[in-house]
Amino acid sequence: MDKTKNKIDLTLSCPRPLEPGDRVLLAHGGGGKLMNSLIETVFRPAFSNPILNQNHDSSVMTVNGVRLAFTTDSYVVHPPFFPGGDIGDLAVNGTVNDLSMSGSRPLYLSAGFILEEGFPMESLKRVVQSMSRAAAVAKVQFVTGDTKVVDKGKGDGIFINTAGIGVIEHALTIGPKSVQPGDVLLVNGDLGRHGIAVMAVREGLEFQTTIESDTAPLSTLVQDLLSNGIRAHCLRDLTRGGLASALNEIAESARVTIAIDESQIPVREDVRGACEILGFDPLYVANEGRLVAFVDKDDAERALALMNQNPHGAGSAVIGSVTKETGPLVTMKNRIGVSRIVDMLSGEQLPRIC
Amino acid sequence: MKYLDEYRDEKGVRQLVQELHRITTKPWTIMEICGGQTHSIVKYGLDELIPKNLTLVHGPGCPVCVTPLELIDKAVQIASRPEVIFCSFGDMLRVPGSKYDLFAVKARGGDVRIVYSPMDAVKVAEQNPMKQVVFFAVGFETTAPANAMAAYQARERGLDNFSILVSHVLVPPAMEALLSSPDNKVQGFLAAGHVCTVMGFTEYVPIARKYKVPIVVTGFEPLDIIQGILMCVKQLEEGRFEVENQYARSVREKGNVPAQELIRQVFQVVPRRWRGLGEIPQSGLGLRAEFKELDAERRFGLADFSVEEPAECMAGAVLRGVKKPRECAAFGTRCTPERPLGAPMVSSEGACAAYFRYKGVEAKKHG
Amino acid sequence: MSITEGGPLERAGKVNFGGITKEVNLAYVPEAKVGDYVIVHVGFAISIVDAEEAARVFEYLKEMNELEELA
Repeated sequence: MDKTKNKIDLTLSCPRPLEPGDRVLLAHGGGGKLMNSLIETVFRPAFSNPILNQNHDSSVMTVNGVRLAFTTDSYVVHPPFFPGGDIGDLAVNGTVNDLSMSGSRPLYLSAGFILEEGFPMESLKRVVQSMSRAAAVAKVQFVTGDTKVVDKGKGDGIFINTAGIGVIEHALTIGPKSVQPGDVLLVNGDLGRHGIAVMAVREGLEFQTTIESDTAPLSTLVQDLLSNGIRAHCLRDLTRGGLASALNEIAESARVTIAIDESQIPVREDVRGACEILGFDPLYVANEGRLVAFVDKDDAERALALMNQNPHGAGSAVIGSVTKETGPLVTMKNRIGVSRIVDMLSGEQLPRIC
Repeated sequence: MKYLDEYRDEKGVRQLVQELHRITTKPWTIMEICGGQTHSIVKYGLDELIPKNLTLVHGPGCPVCVTPLELIDKAVQIASRPEVIFCSFGDMLRVPGSKYDLFAVKARGGDVRIVYSPMDAVKVAEQNPMKQVVFFAVGFETTAPANAMAAYQARERGLDNFSILVSHVLVPPAMEALLSSPDNKVQGFLAAGHVCTVMGFTEYVPIARKYKVPIVVTGFEPLDIIQGILMCVKQLEEGRFEVENQYARSVREKGNVPAQELIRQVFQVVPRRWRGLGEIPQSGLGLRAEFKELDAERRFGLADFSVEEPAECMAGAVLRGVKKPRECAAFGTRCTPERPLGAPMVSSEGACAAYFRYKGVEAKKHG
Repeated sequence: MSITEGGPLERAGKVNFGGITKEVNLAYVPEAKVGDYVIVHVGFAISIVDAEEAARVFEYLKEMNELEELA
């Protein structure tokens, strides 16, 4: 401690550590470190098994010689309608995309609705119409469902859970464990649109924009790659937590170093503008129709061409590569040519003061 | 975007960096005041581009970091009341109080809302006449015009359900406190461009003279910061100690006069406790008597209390620029952005969080 | 930037940030006109960007380049 007190009180002051979480916080669902810790300390110890521990967007299992992919996801987006889509589109595309990330062809979905008393029937019909349309585009069918209604004030209008099954028709093992040094990273278009589109219509942060959510099914794009023999080592959709969180998770599982180049990462001007206002980093903003593909370096050029030909891949780009067999670490060469660490987000991004 | 992209241009930055290497002959220690500048420096890696014998120390200019613990506790108390809608800038929600942060209040059912502007909180008050709406008015001179306007408008519109919890701080008194502290190492300053946009830079002239330190009003983009450092080093090398303005595209000598007028109408200069620095005389803004009815501390009858702050972390030394974040034993281990021990680990403008995010924990020992 | 007139303290404008627009209070920049670039902080414009001053650093860089070429 300083003994030399002069004009200012030099006592080092700092708060005591907070008690380790005795309540669930919003950030526990934010896709960042807190959610990881929730999974590792609460869920995994209870449920652990080899299939679950694959740690992928969808789990792959073999049943009577057929390889199946299985996944589930819940949709609680607020507000349920936003520029470029609604909760119904997300509920289909999100689950279809999780299935696609194991390289499977999505087949069947379930739908569980949790509705709040008083939710407008017209809105429900709109959501269901969106789900029906999105399912047709992704070539999947809803084969089972469930509905519950909760008292007014006990829900947020509408929550949807979907689960899905897909079939795997290739011999690759797609997942973080297959990632190798030299792998090239591709994304299928500009980043950050979904998160900003939703943010723009949220109360309190109103700004006007023509940015629409990028929500889209990625099944055909993945099938285009695989049916043309692209050696995809890992696929990951860039939802909550954005590109930065996805890459950190993969680096962590695969124990590698990933290096990306900021100047190669496509971000639209208006999305950058919104990020400037809010103090956000587009690398951490959610997408609903974007993926990162780790492909064998000899296939990268062909993969880029194939992705660019798909309607959901116009604007695809090579953004970096796996540089080292050691890790986990994600680095980015920034605009002025200096390499920095890209960390995983702690909780949700908060609009900052200046 | 115009006025942003060209200031993030690699070629221009490299060119100024080269010039900086050319003119630097001695070791110098420069402090950037503002947390926004710290964030840019660490995000763009500018600290790695400058000559090795230049040391950048990160100043106390992060409003989140210097808001005293008791005020966070007061915010938590007020926000926990059932009749209250508590509005705040986003990054204040994660700052730990002595027991809870505002996120925990929200998890326990409190109505805590993130707003972009204090005027949004005024709007919330208009829309919820049956509720008490409280805005957490923190910040430096930059935020004061907005907060003053919110208070002024609330009074004009007769909103009796709106109040503000004020923790406003001022830069020049903090600079003087740092300079007169016996362990001061700072030889030159980058003053905060947006603070000076509001206040101008005449009040820095006597400080530069009295303490013989160059002060360069500096912007926030990489090119601005490198140019600011360059101007500061040039003065140091030539033995000058003047106030110069790098950020002239936004900062005028007299600042923004209409903004200053409204600040003076609503606020008066008061002593203020800074987290990590202690109480500094004449270093804050509080509501004037005419606006006392908007004072949330008064409205909710909060007694003045002070909270003991244990010295586990060294936020104080970091905020005074005496220590670097990595010199702290808790950095990256017991103190992370998920479980911050001290406020500089909370805001993305905080020096510790910026180091953690962009530099990682690994190289800690060499920091 | 487009401007909606109101009382002097409610003067507001729509400010364009790379394609997205946000309403911003212009009370502190009474001389701002459509087409100006402004510095915005928490919903308030606090200054108008001076184009001439903004260009200065780039002129300096250009001069440095020219000097180098002569050398």
